[in-house]
Amino acid sequence: MDLYEYQARDIFEAHGVPVLAGEIARTPQEAQAAAERVGAKSGGVVVVKAQVKTGGRGKAGGVKVVKSPEAAAEAAEAILGMDIKGHTVKTVMIAQGAKIAEEYYVSFLLDRANRAYLAMCSKEGGMDIETLAVERPEALAKVAVDPNVGIDEAKAQEIVDAAGFDDADKPALANVIRKLWDVYKAEDATLVEVNPLVKTEDGQIVALDGKVSIDENSSFRHPEHEVYVDHSKTDPLEVLAIERHLNYVKLDGCVGIIGNGAGLVMSTLDVVAYAGEEFTMADGTHPKPANFLDIGGGANAEVMANGLDIIFEDAQVKAVFVNVFGGITACDAVADGIVKAYDILASHGKSPKPLVVRLDGNNAEKGREILDGAKLPLLERVDTMDGAARRVAELAAQH
Amino acid sequence: MAIFLNADSKVIVQGMTGSEGMKHTTRMLASGTNIVGGVNPKKAGTTVDFPGGQQVPVFGSVADAMAATGANVTVIFVPAAFTKSAVIEAVDAGIPLGVVITEGVAVKDTAEFYNYAKDKGSTRLIGPNCPGLISPGLSNAGIIPADISGPGRIGLVSKSGTLTYQMMFELRDFGFSTGVGIGGDPIIGTTHIDCLKAFEEDPDTDAIVMIGEIGGDAEERAAAYIAEHVTKPVVGYVAGFTAPEGKTMGHAGAIVSGSSGTAQAKKEALEAAGVKVGKTPSETAALMREIMQNLGK
Repeated sequence: MDLYEYQARDIFEAHGVPVLAGEIARTPQEAQAAAERVGAKSGGVVVVKAQVKTGGRGKAGGVKVVKSPEAAAEAAEAILGMDIKGHTVKTVMIAQGAKIAEEYYVSFLLDRANRAYLAMCSKEGGMDIETLAVERPEALAKVAVDPNVGIDEAKAQEIVDAAGFDDADKPALANVIRKLWDVYKAEDATLVEVNPLVKTEDGQIVALDGKVSIDENSSFRHPEHEVYVDHSKTDPLEVLAIERHLNYVKLDGCVGIIGNGAGLVMSTLDVVAYAGEEFTMADGTHPKPANFLDIGGGANAEVMANGLDIIFEDAQVKAVFVNVFGGITACDAVADGIVKAYDILASHGKSPKPLVVRLDGNNAEKGREILDGAKLPLLERVDTMDGAARRVAELAAQH
Repeated sequence: MAIFLNADSKVIVQGMTGSEGMKHTTRMLASGTNIVGGVNPKKAGTTVDFPGGQQVPVFGSVADAMAATGANVTVIFVPAAFTKSAVIEAVDAGIPLGVVITEGVAVKDTAEFYNYAKDKGSTRLIGPNCPGLISPGLSNAGIIPADISGPGRIGLVSKSGTLTYQMMFELRDFGFSTGVGIGGDPIIGTTHIDCLKAFEEDPDTDAIVMIGEIGGDAEERAAAYIAEHVTKPVVGYVAGFTAPEGKTMGHAGAIVSGSSGTAQAKKEALEAAGVKVGKTPSETAALMREIMQNLGK
């Protein structure tokens, strides 16, 4: 779960990382009032920064330096509502201005390959770090961090040495790095990135912009992280799915997908997309998956009904593919679930869409008999995954 | 012989008395696994009766269970909040194999218990968030349904549970030496490479199916390993070609791996290493079928 910059700033401050004053605003009026308070510390100069969970906001015009509260209100007016790479700006941060002497980079992240953590640090911050990593890898120090040791005094020293900072700057930088490590460890972060970490003209080290990602699996010990859960940008069907505890992701195609197990559902999306290449719809495009929906191992009738309901709600969906491999769940239970799901949906006055079901594995024969016996409208049974994908793509192209 | 798990495996279950633990211990027993004990400090000294008529003693700790039974495998079902302490207990007791089924473990906990086990050097961990492993006909440690496929000479390693089941089902007429579900978490105890190495060394495995999915660069590293060290035929499958930009793929992560973690990149890396990669699970199974037939199996 990625946090907004202002949330990262607040977390940094709580862990003693030096940051500048900053307040959020959702209207130009709020921005003006915030600029009066924040700007008092920096001779009236403030920075109005779009709060979006994507990079490139500077280039998009989402960051403006202004010299008065009135100008801050104007800047906020221009930035609020702006679209940055598909993200609508709903909040700005009014940050204290800084006189920057030098810009650095520091981050901590998961190192999947080495099953540990990695600290990255550079004297050349401010720019896009991926570009730096490709063009001048020698300028980006990478230091392995043992999860059971963390960043102690010696490790912090190793990082600032590896990055090649001036000796005079090293103690203050090492100190900030250890405080940032506290953030990473204490908050169960999977990424803490500061770009830029700056040295001001008066020699202070300050985290000017921060990015923090938090591990959602750590929520059991971080009830306070609940406030970071962001429903504002989510698709309405995704919101409905969250309410029903379904693992659903909205995509932009027309073939609804339900399956059990994340790997099988991901595979189903691929197989449907391949099959779709054979068929052309009225608008000239090919059928593609409309969603990812994993109903998990225990696919009972209610879960199946909830899943089918969400997919039938999706106006883009023209046909649906239910792809279940009975491993722990028996296929007869899944078939019962589909039959009951139709009853539940009918009782809600909803009409079904063309549905292709593939059941295989544990008790597949029994499951198929149940479906055949139920004679559900618009339901077809195809017994192989590839064949079923082809049929559902064909149906989607016809409707 | 199979890998990691065989007829000599004596299995204990941490979290056996919980609902998931009971359900899957029942299934493991039904498939012939030698379950020698459960661990629960609050129920130490009691015995649990299972539907198949087996009686399984409960011990207060992994160390007690090992001392009393000679257990050499533990399957861990304890809830995510307590998984780290359960794994550390198993590692401290020196058990050779720990299979962590629990899903939703905080990655910091996994990073810590994995490195703890690595430093101790006496426990192989599989998982977390995995279905475990099965050596059909010999032993079953985890939640893979035992009736999908019988014993045979194909080895399977997969990040995904249901794709493991699907592939074992498709190739059930050949059977498997061992199927290992390594789990799809960012940090896992046993990797594709660990399994490839073990299958290469296993005299009872003739060919290997490797299933991957988007994220990280484990498949690319496995491909490099195959090119260097694996002489047995390998077929591959990668899920997620049409998946949207993953939320778990932080941009900084891409710097570390130096590759994008896409399904396409993984497929290309595997093909460059001489691995035949199927477009669909069924096509992948057909590729393996052809290899086994050419081997005269």
